[in-house]
Amino acid sequence: MAAVTADQTAQAGADRPEETDEALEAVFDAAVAADERIEPRDWMPDAYRASLVRQMAQHAHSEIIGMQPEANWISRAPSLRRKAILMAKVQDEAGHGLYLYSAAETLGTGREELLDKLHAGRQRYSSIFNYPTLTWADVGAIGWLVDGAAITNQVPLCRCSYGPYARAMVRICKEESFHQRQGYELLLALSRGTPAQHEMAQDAVNRWWWPSLMMFGPPDDASAHSAQSMAWKIKRHSNDELRQRFVDICVPQAEALGLTLPDPDIRWNEERGQHDFGAIDWKEFQEVLKGNGPCNEQRLGQRRRAHEEGAWVRDAAAAYAGKHTAPQAHAAPHATAGNGEATA
Amino acid sequence: MTAALALGDDALVLSHRLGEWAGHAPVLEEEVALANIALDLLGQARVLLSLAGDEDELAYLREERAFRNVQLVEQPNGDFAHTIARQLYFSAYQQLLYEQLASGEGPFAGLAAKAVKEVAYHQDHAEHWTLRLGDGTDESHDRMQSAVDALWRFTGELFEPVEGVEIDWQSLRSGWLESVSAVLERATLTLPAGPQSGAWTAGAGRQGIHTEPFGRMIAEMQHLHRSHPGASW
Repeated sequence: MAAVTADQTAQAGADRPEETDEALEAVFDAAVAADERIEPRDWMPDAYRASLVRQMAQHAHSEIIGMQPEANWISRAPSLRRKAILMAKVQDEAGHGLYLYSAAETLGTGREELLDKLHAGRQRYSSIFNYPTLTWADVGAIGWLVDGAAITNQVPLCRCSYGPYARAMVRICKEESFHQRQGYELLLALSRGTPAQHEMAQDAVNRWWWPSLMMFGPPDDASAHSAQSMAWKIKRHSNDELRQRFVDICVPQAEALGLTLPDPDIRWNEERGQHDFGAIDWKEFQEVLKGNGPCNEQRLGQRRRAHEEGAWVRDAAAAYAGKHTAPQAHAAPHATAGNGEATA
Repeated sequence: MTAALALGDDALVLSHRLGEWAGHAPVLEEEVALANIALDLLGQARVLLSLAGDEDELAYLREERAFRNVQLVEQPNGDFAHTIARQLYFSAYQQLLYEQLASGEGPFAGLAAKAVKEVAYHQDHAEHWTLRLGDGTDESHDRMQSAVDALWRFTGELFEPVEGVEIDWQSLRSGWLESVSAVLERATLTLPAGPQSGAWTAGAGRQGIHTEPFGRMIAEMQHLHRSHPGASW
């Protein structure tokens, strides 16, 4: 539900010219406090808009870069059933990218501009995708751990204060939880398979566990954007809270899988009602973030190459549309997919 | 069952080639579209191969010479224009083939009735891109013309009758030529003038004679499965 609809804003501007930014901000703050949704044409602070665009762009970029490590195994999937599941999953990620770029577009920033920033290295994607997929079991580990961590992060975003983002997340989370179960099931088949398959599964979990914990971002006391995002209800829980929740979910699942987590310090803490776990190597996190992970150059390089090599195709489509579309169609407003209210 | 293998291998191999686009497509919408087509074809392949035996044994444990797909579908992706030309040629064929099979009573009628709807989308997708590329920029026009020319010599094999596929092959051929010619003309492209098959390609894929890139393709496809004999996945 919109706190201040566009019409109301327009009326406010026309009828009551004394309406100041302070007053609009008070309305915005009240809407956020009341857990109402902010919609694209509502007034919002510039910093809120910028913060959302940054976060949605990073999320969209993560979806499309995240296609690469898994697409790496499509051609080698060991059964036709697994091949179909994997292709569908990678396709879903492209679809998530589309929803999220559309959601960002509702704030006036187009996909092309965001892609340019990604390609220029001026916007980030999740560092987890800078790790390589070395064996088939990595496809399962990504599903179980990486998608699992993503869901833990993203479910609260379904209640994010910005409407189009929250709605995109509802759809994405449904598909992600499907992917997570598929990854778990893939690992279970390996874990219960031949000794070589079991070893492959354990090796993958050993390599993906710590990077997955890093997906929740730096510890709360070192997180640059957290406090403001929580005040705006873009973010609902702190990095450390979500990380703890994820560990508590994974420990019994690893047992059920017959696999171990590569952390000798994991143990149940009766007093806290949570698991203790070992210290994260934040130096590695910072290194990967700085561009020194195993696949940073490869991932961004492939993305740039695909974009550059596709330029003539996009040019052709634009030229064709220019020749064959009626002139008035060019005046169409910005698409605002994923946002029924605003386009009505 | 020769016929199930021929039709199943066509779908399997083209699906694999389309899957190679994942993460490399020129625009995000095409990541979705190409994967969609690949998934439809993989679904068809699984039904067809299962008519002939165990789908995974057939896909992963046959040698190159035992595959019965036409050479057209194994051709490497090339640029986007080559992928679209390959898809246009193949989808126009598959559409007409499945229409005939769906109206008959043979073992493929059920699959064909379902798949014909999928293939209509594949055909539509290939047709629209042929138009955009053919009638887009000078560069795209040249690339699209090169692609339809380069793949033309693999199209004759599509009309070699397959044992067990009870359809009117003559009308399939004429229907295909009519459909493809119309699209190329609207796309301001020239229908290639050369022969549709050479001495080496006529019916070759159906006999298990493939082109060099195919061997590497299935080596990659089969490697993991073959590395763990008897394992389940």
